[in-house]
Amino acid sequence: MSNRHVNAVIVGAGAGGGVAAKELSEAGLSVVLMERGDWASYDVHNNDELLSQRTTVLGNAFGPDDERYRRVVVNDDGSTKVVVASENDYNNVAACVGSGTVSYGAMAWRFMREDFRMKTTYGHIEGSTLADWPISYEELEHCYEKAEWEIGVAGDAAQNPFAAPRNKPYPMPPFAYNKEAKILESSMRRLGLHPFPIPMLRNSISYNGRAACVRRRSCCGFACPINAKSGTHNTAIPAALSTGNCELRTNCIVNELVTDGNGRITGISYFDKDERKQVQSADIIIISASATETPRLLLNSKSKHYPNGVGNRYDWVGRNLQGHAYTGAFGLFEDDIFDDVGPGATIAVSDFSHHNPGIVGGGILANEFTRLPYFFTGIRPTGFPKWGKSHKEFQRKYFRKNVQVVGPIQEMPFFDSRVQIDPSVKDYWGIPVVRLSGHRHPKDVKGCEFLSSKAEIILKEAGASYTWQSIGGKGLSGGQHQAGTCRMGDDPRTSVADKYGRVHETPNVFVADASLHVTNGGFNPALTIMALGYWVAGHIAAEWQKGNRFT
Amino acid sequence: MNDGIKLSRKDFLKIAALGAGALSLTTGGLSLFEGCTASRRPGTMFFSEDEIKLTEAIAEQIVPADDWPGGRDAGVANFLDTQLIGSYRRFQQDYQKGLAGLEKSCADKYHRKFEDLAWETQTAILQDMETGRLDGDVWKNGFSEYFFELLRAHCLQGYYGSPRHGGNKNYISYKMIGLDEPQIVGENRSGI
Ligand SMILES: Cc1cc2nc3c(=O)[nH]c(=O)nc-3n(C[C@H](O)[C@H](O)[C@H](O)COP(=O)(O)OP(=O)(O)OC[C@H]3O[C@@H](n4cnc5c(N)ncnc54)[C@H](O)[C@@H]3O)c2cc1C
Repeated sequence: MSNRHVNAVIVGAGAGGGVAAKELSEAGLSVVLMERGDWASYDVHNNDELLSQRTTVLGNAFGPDDERYRRVVVNDDGSTKVVVASENDYNNVAACVGSGTVSYGAMAWRFMREDFRMKTTYGHIEGSTLADWPISYEELEHCYEKAEWEIGVAGDAAQNPFAAPRNKPYPMPPFAYNKEAKILESSMRRLGLHPFPIPMLRNSISYNGRAACVRRRSCCGFACPINAKSGTHNTAIPAALSTGNCELRTNCIVNELVTDGNGRITGISYFDKDERKQVQSADIIIISASATETPRLLLNSKSKHYPNGVGNRYDWVGRNLQGHAYTGAFGLFEDDIFDDVGPGATIAVSDFSHHNPGIVGGGILANEFTRLPYFFTGIRPTGFPKWGKSHKEFQRKYFRKNVQVVGPIQEMPFFDSRVQIDPSVKDYWGIPVVRLSGHRHPKDVKGCEFLSSKAEIILKEAGASYTWQSIGGKGLSGGQHQAGTCRMGDDPRTSVADKYGRVHETPNVFVADASLHVTNGGFNPALTIMALGYWVAGHIAAEWQKGNRFT
Repeated sequence: MNDGIKLSRKDFLKIAALGAGALSLTTGGLSLFEGCTASRRPGTMFFSEDEIKLTEAIAEQIVPADDWPGGRDAGVANFLDTQLIGSYRRFQQDYQKGLAGLEKSCADKYHRKFEDLAWETQTAILQDMETGRLDGDVWKNGFSEYFFELLRAHCLQGYYGSPRHGGNKNYISYKMIGLDEPQIVGENRSGI
């Protein structure tokens, strides 16, 4: 039995794909949204720290599972190792309807104008493929606004003097500071910085028919039991389904793009929930499988017309994998600071996002999400015992008396940090798996040292009795903030997709996820990915309505 | 259709056997039904009687008792025993090799079992394992540091993680740090 032909098939129901499904089905296109995972359930996962999406030692709460998924990682010395999905080196986001947006911390950042013009702002950086985006902040602004109003963001942009200009305020007021944020606020002000409440994809008041947040400690890494956290699973995807034009197919693993004798991509093939191989044909194919899985799919789609994979004529698919080194400092205090007001992160400064002497880019600094008990066992001053009597005493003494100030540093895109296809290892379905290799650019380490030293100054000023820095690593970057592997650009020889996400060498194949990011900002990326979903799908819908069939 | 799928699954298992490690689907499960129940404490699933005693002693070193219970009374060994036939199946061989290696190191040097040694001696042995200074072939090529780190991380998980996984008995570690777990509907969050 073959599937009915549709106008658009979208691979991946995450941040980018969920938004694209809504835009296209509301515009009247028939859409099939393919997702390898299932709907997430709070009842299964509740508030179990060891089996969440942040601490994944006993597995990824929201997928993928360790039994069927694996990847290959190339070590510094060139040797390789096979890793399962819950190991850090796998560099996972999630696999469920909504993907990371179900369990994320929900920080809702807009990038700044400079973030779209990194090359123009900072010039050529030796060893980096740093470039400007082919679109400006101003062009994307209305898409950010749509994401903020349709998915739902709480914040107060007026308090951040460094934020790029906007047309409309956030739809919901900001969250109140927790105790540690209050302590940090006065410290930051004394230092001449400009603290403000972190914009959040979480309801501060009831919004869009869903309740206001009750500030649980188990938020980042967990699903919200009262649906107060907003992702594509409880906004864009239900909206798409309610049009009647969109069919969501869960537990379906897409393995390649299907090409006809003329080199036209006619659809995708996949394994359905009963492990049967099926084909879904469509006029338009949109890949939103995340910055590691999107290039895998393109690279696995080899044919006579695309001997190196779709979109890969110039060997740019999978290149420039970047994420965010998290960097910052810890402080211990004499008094209790833990007030158990979740999710912990509430305050930030954007003073160090750009124009720092000797640094390319920079990053925000914020107080960190609640450090749950096992997570906290890894937080000890440099050289402190990692087990035994004093390790336990530290846990008891400081669990309620510690503050962490951290931020994501803007990374320099690096051509040799990349996603490839492993020549021998396959997953459960027999599909060749992702092979990851590379490391960070030396500039990133400088950025980390800079930002961590600022974090430590803030903590000292806040009255910490003891402080220490933790500096982001040098190794391969990707992880939850993975981006950049199918970057957009005007020149087909140095990018994979055009400014609308259309893969240069195929008229009807689009990318709509973090893979498109030319650079990844010094901010968590989800709101920008959602904005790109609106941008790419908005373009497709407008063209479609003009009669363009992308042939 | 079916043939293609069978083939890919076979490939998959072949590769898993070659070293992916995570896929020892059978080992843990099978041992439940095999004839080795004699040395198994009633109720344990992976560890033998000797191994559970050894693991309890190690867990007690990682999280020692003070005013609050240590790793032994908090059920850390039970956490490990449970995970080793569950999420941590892929570490079964490491545990078998490492625990046997530790027993041998203690027998060679002290002619005693680890758990019968003085507290300070136990600590010193684990410190040696942590820093790769134990004698013996099994500890070579970084296995010593690797296995210690596995033990350390897993014991801390058993003590500080959710009781649903077999450790942190009676929510003891949450109580120790003053965290109201389990959260009671209508009680804990009334302050907000
Ligand atoms: C614990 C955690 C906390 C985070 N906190 C924040 C935060 O505070 N702020 C922020 O901005 N970001 C945060 N993120 C990151 C954010 O979730 C990601 O940046 C975002 O989801 C990536 O969007 P994407 O569309 O590129 O890919 P995803 O959202 O990952 O979507 C890809 C989808 O494609 C599916 N898929 C992949 N391959 C296939 C295939 N072959 N067939 C079918 N389906 C497939 C996947 O299952 C997935 O659902 C967090 C993430 C995590 C996990």
